[in-house]
Amino acid sequence: MKPARFEYVAAESADEAVSVLAEHGHDAALLAGGQSLVPLMNMRMARPGVVIDLNRVRELDTIRLDGVLEVGALVRQARAQRAPEVAEAAPIVVSAIGQIGHPAIRSRGTIGGNVAHADASSELPAVLVALGAEIVARGAGGTRSIPAEAFFVTHFTTALSGELLTHVRIPRAEPGVSAAFVEVARRHGDFALVGAAARVRVGADGTCAEARLVLSGVAGAPFRAARAEEAIVGRRLDDASALADVERLVRDEVSPTSDVHATAAYRKRVAGVLVRRSLEQAAPR
Amino acid sequence: MSARAPSGEERVVQLVVNGEKRRGIAEPRLLLVDFIRHELGLRGTHVGCEHGVCGACTIRLDGEIVRSCLMFAVQADGATLETVEGLAPGDGLHPIQQAFREKHGLQCGFCTPGFLLTAQTLLEENPDPTEYEIREYLSGNVCRCTGYVGIVDAVHEAARVMRTQA
Repeated sequence: MKPARFEYVAAESADEAVSVLAEHGHDAALLAGGQSLVPLMNMRMARPGVVIDLNRVRELDTIRLDGVLEVGALVRQARAQRAPEVAEAAPIVVSAIGQIGHPAIRSRGTIGGNVAHADASSELPAVLVALGAEIVARGAGGTRSIPAEAFFVTHFTTALSGELLTHVRIPRAEPGVSAAFVEVARRHGDFALVGAAARVRVGADGTCAEARLVLSGVAGAPFRAARAEEAIVGRRLDDASALADVERLVRDEVSPTSDVHATAAYRKRVAGVLVRRSLEQAAPR
Repeated sequence: MSARAPSGEERVVQLVVNGEKRRGIAEPRLLLVDFIRHELGLRGTHVGCEHGVCGACTIRLDGEIVRSCLMFAVQADGATLETVEGLAPGDGLHPIQQAFREKHGLQCGFCTPGFLLTAQTLLEENPDPTEYEIREYLSGNVCRCTGYVGIVDAVHEAARVMRTQA
């Protein structure tokens, strides 16, 4: 299992990567951490004619925190997991990264690569949608910012169109708002069967004022459980009957598929349980 | 090795491996693990699944564990690598190797280099790990012989020995 031949371009800047990408279009692939692209190339499920290596593009390897948390596409998952800025602004991202693969995957895998690959079972896409993050992309025509919810289209498909993902912008955690991510996988570090991210705002009266409940693994893109979101607003997060309603509504509104790892019925059940657990974990203590 | 000049699309790759400056030739599609084995002649790093699942090809790149089947050799130009050959000083065994030997942490030995480098990194980060922490950290390495009990025991034992030596 060896990759097919390709032309290798080690980009020195984001602009160079964008212009090589524009020149070669669909025949080119952007290489960040390589934890998804290289297996696909080894199995020859991907055969790009040109590989544009981003690993020497220092401007993509930055973490900045002011009004928002800005994480460059090339930041390794392990670095983001340890970064004090990420822990301060978005602790849910730290816990979600800890559930991606294994240490040897996270030391090489990048934030941008994970997001741009858009695997339906992946952790960060669901978390970014729950947090209302934005994805910043640069193309030959300029730079644009895409809300996470519009970015993920379906399996391995994003709103990127001949563009380079340069960074993600994550709103800073604010008082009264908390978030949690949980998932179920067959073995530690395996692709998750289902994951659930919850972001909630609890009002002064102790009831939930706002909720975003997002699932991975139940559709081609992160899925917002809208009916469950509606059901929890106005109720307390330690109200067992409210949580039972959420669990039932989620089970009813998701339509996962069956595969060798789990049946659709099992995934539905797990989805309900995980959203309940994510709310329990997100509840302020 | 590789005194020849690169031809066509090939490139020269210069790097430091186990403290020694090395140079080799690679076409872009050559995986780092194949470069290490065939171009540098270091066959301790094993090729298992070739798609990032089994962990047999685990090495350290600039101090961090990575899967050398998921990188191209040309990407490692200028890097510092550590492979299993660099683990023990001289002809002896590293305490982790010694513990694997004593606690039946290996049988056929195919997965062992990857486990050793992963365990080394774990123990640098966490000199006194719990069983859960060991299992979690090693979860990316697959062994088809021993069933992991011996491996976990070996890492515990190595941690104990290394703490008394520190």
